[in-house]
Amino acid sequence: MDLSFNAEERAFQNEVRGFIAKNLTEEMKRATALTPSVFSDPDIGMAWQRALHRRGWGAPGWPVDHGGPDWTPAQRWIFESECARAGVPNVNVMGVKMVGPVIIGFGSPEQKNFYLPRILSGEDYWCQGYSEPGSGSDLSSLKTRAVRDGDDYIINGTKIWTTHAHHANRMFALVRTSDGPRQQDGISFILIDMKTPGITTRPILTIGGDHEVNQVFFDDVRVPVANRVGEEGKGWTYGKYLLEFERGSGIASAKLREGLRAITELAESDLTGRAIDSPDIASRISEVEVDIDALEMTELRVLSALQTGQNPGAVSSILKLRNSEIRQAVTRLGVDVIGHDALAVEPTRPLYKLNREPALPEDMLTVVPEYLNGRAYTIFGGTSEIQRDIIAKMMLGI
Amino acid sequence: MDLNLSDEQRLLRESAERFVAESYDADHRRKMANDPLGFSPAVWKQFAELGWLALPIPEELDGLGGGPVEIGILMEAFGRGLVSEPYIATVVLGAALIDKCASTAQKQASLPKIADGSLKLAFAHSERAARFDLAKVATSATKSAHGWHLSGSKIAVLDGHAADDLIVSAHLHDHRGPSGRIGLFLVPATASDLAISDYPRLGGGRACNIELSGVQLPEDALLGDGRDALPAIEWAVDRAMAALGAEAVGIMQTLLDTTLEYTKIREQFGRPLSANQVIRHRLADMAIQVDEARSMALRAALKADSPPVERARAASAAKAKIGKCARFVGEQSIQLHGGMGVTEELEVGAYFKRLVAFDTLFGGSAHHYARHAQLGRITQSA
Repeated sequence: MDLSFNAEERAFQNEVRGFIAKNLTEEMKRATALTPSVFSDPDIGMAWQRALHRRGWGAPGWPVDHGGPDWTPAQRWIFESECARAGVPNVNVMGVKMVGPVIIGFGSPEQKNFYLPRILSGEDYWCQGYSEPGSGSDLSSLKTRAVRDGDDYIINGTKIWTTHAHHANRMFALVRTSDGPRQQDGISFILIDMKTPGITTRPILTIGGDHEVNQVFFDDVRVPVANRVGEEGKGWTYGKYLLEFERGSGIASAKLREGLRAITELAESDLTGRAIDSPDIASRISEVEVDIDALEMTELRVLSALQTGQNPGAVSSILKLRNSEIRQAVTRLGVDVIGHDALAVEPTRPLYKLNREPALPEDMLTVVPEYLNGRAYTIFGGTSEIQRDIIAKMMLGI
Repeated sequence: MDLNLSDEQRLLRESAERFVAESYDADHRRKMANDPLGFSPAVWKQFAELGWLALPIPEELDGLGGGPVEIGILMEAFGRGLVSEPYIATVVLGAALIDKCASTAQKQASLPKIADGSLKLAFAHSERAARFDLAKVATSATKSAHGWHLSGSKIAVLDGHAADDLIVSAHLHDHRGPSGRIGLFLVPATASDLAISDYPRLGGGRACNIELSGVQLPEDALLGDGRDALPAIEWAVDRAMAALGAEAVGIMQTLLDTTLEYTKIREQFGRPLSANQVIRHRLADMAIQVDEARSMALRAALKADSPPVERARAASAAKAKIGKCARFVGEQSIQLHGGMGVTEELEVGAYFKRLVAFDTLFGGSAHHYARHAQLGRITQSA
């Protein structure tokens, strides 16, 4: 057993650091630090995606023949950790990490040839049509319906919590194509061009003051049957496959550590009257840091298991659950650390384009919005309650 | 970067788990709880035969040259059976302190005997006024023409009643007075002016308080050359905390398994307890905390020989986090067993008590979060 990296891995680490130093602009860094929502705006995120793509690193998890870099799990860990440490943009995961693997796994050759290169290059910007107003945790009760009409489906219904639908030119969606004996049956996985007539998008502002999610309406939207991925009625299987990717990307601790580092620096600063001198704050910082250590170690254990071809199983639910809870603990700590400055609201978005003096120090601008928006971490991608159900069922057999 | 067990480590785990499952049952534990020694000399002999007493001792001194990870593997298995043999006292603390501090001659005299099971040790360090501060030692060692005089009181000495020799820490005094250095002394349990009063320990095994009233020792009773032993003590206690953390993981895993089984069998309102979501989620939380504890124990073991600050932060992180997890898993195991969990008729309580003892030993969660904070700020990952 060995926690340290070998010579090859250290060489790769240097390579990644060199790449980041060369390609991460000050503008990208500042924009990322001043984004209190989950993902960077497309102008920032896609600029980074294009840089990654030029280097052949656009899709770390993909197989080599579709443009993946053929990294070992340890290399992926190093890459993600270095990116977190440097504060690179948070590229919207809907393309590379979500719809990409589904198309690779279940798509037709035509779909692979058309969509995959456009995901890699950042030419297409994807959003996810899963949740509906009536279907949250009980996702398979979804009602958006696709009715066959010749070579097309005609889609009617609505999707909600659609991240970056207002930026996306494509959506992957779960739609009901028939009513099976179980509600999971009769769901199909379909790719939709967002410019198709009949699609409208309504912004939803989150409590931190950000426009990241939307509601999308479908009113007799015509989509070619050729845009269906895999078999009709098997969409639930593909969708679940994708959700496992969403939960189990498995490398979150480095980002949490950077978040805590930023809060700790604020706590050590005169701006907060040295909040860290309060034993309560100091001890809570340690408590959160230790929780991050535990998560990191679990991630590394999973990684080691993956290196030898073992399947980590339901531990991806543990990773998702703990990541979301610790993230909330970090942001909660942030609010407590900045004290009275938590009262100041800066409504301008994006914050990195603010062109006047804000009411509170720049390093604090995202603290309260991140805490408020961050309540969503234990809700999206399967709520904490759903994760506990999965752990009880898959790990404990009850 | 590789956290998979090697073949040797896997074999060690299998043999330890098999031994505990086959020879360490509830009857044995009950017998030991009422035994004046608190453990079985026959089992200790088996430990020697299996090579476990030789595990961390260097190969040139009849040992196996194993490290903290191997110790952790063994301790986790011990935890599953609530083993009460004085392994921490003799092997994890005793052998480590001798290996770190003693002269070559002293090592040659002690370590092979630990390995073959003929020498048991105990570490007498804690004092009432010091609480969990390892640097605070009032017991004094005064140099005279004939050697050393030791005076002072020690508390919570693990398995001191069974030790052949005690390793006693004392503040070194020379003719000018206190030197500011701590020394470690090998004190025969049979020495005169030494009073040992032992008591049954919470969760199994025994511990004792010790009075040293001018115990006279030869010059070579001092381990090593008289340099300050505090860094070695901190190093050894950090190692012991990693090992105890692994033991706690084994204890928690047994409690989780037992509680899970019980909630499947126990029926109320016409269905098993485990059919209720509130119970399933509680068990999921317990499983998560066992897993987090496992990660932290392994991390502390892997960093047990890192530079002092990194090592100490990892040890305190593990002690604090595992202590928190242990309290939760232990308390919830009792809660989910209902009234029966509060009785001596089930073993849940015995496992719980060992976890409470774990959390207290060398300082609880609050102490170690504070130590972790004092030792520095967030620096690097893995």
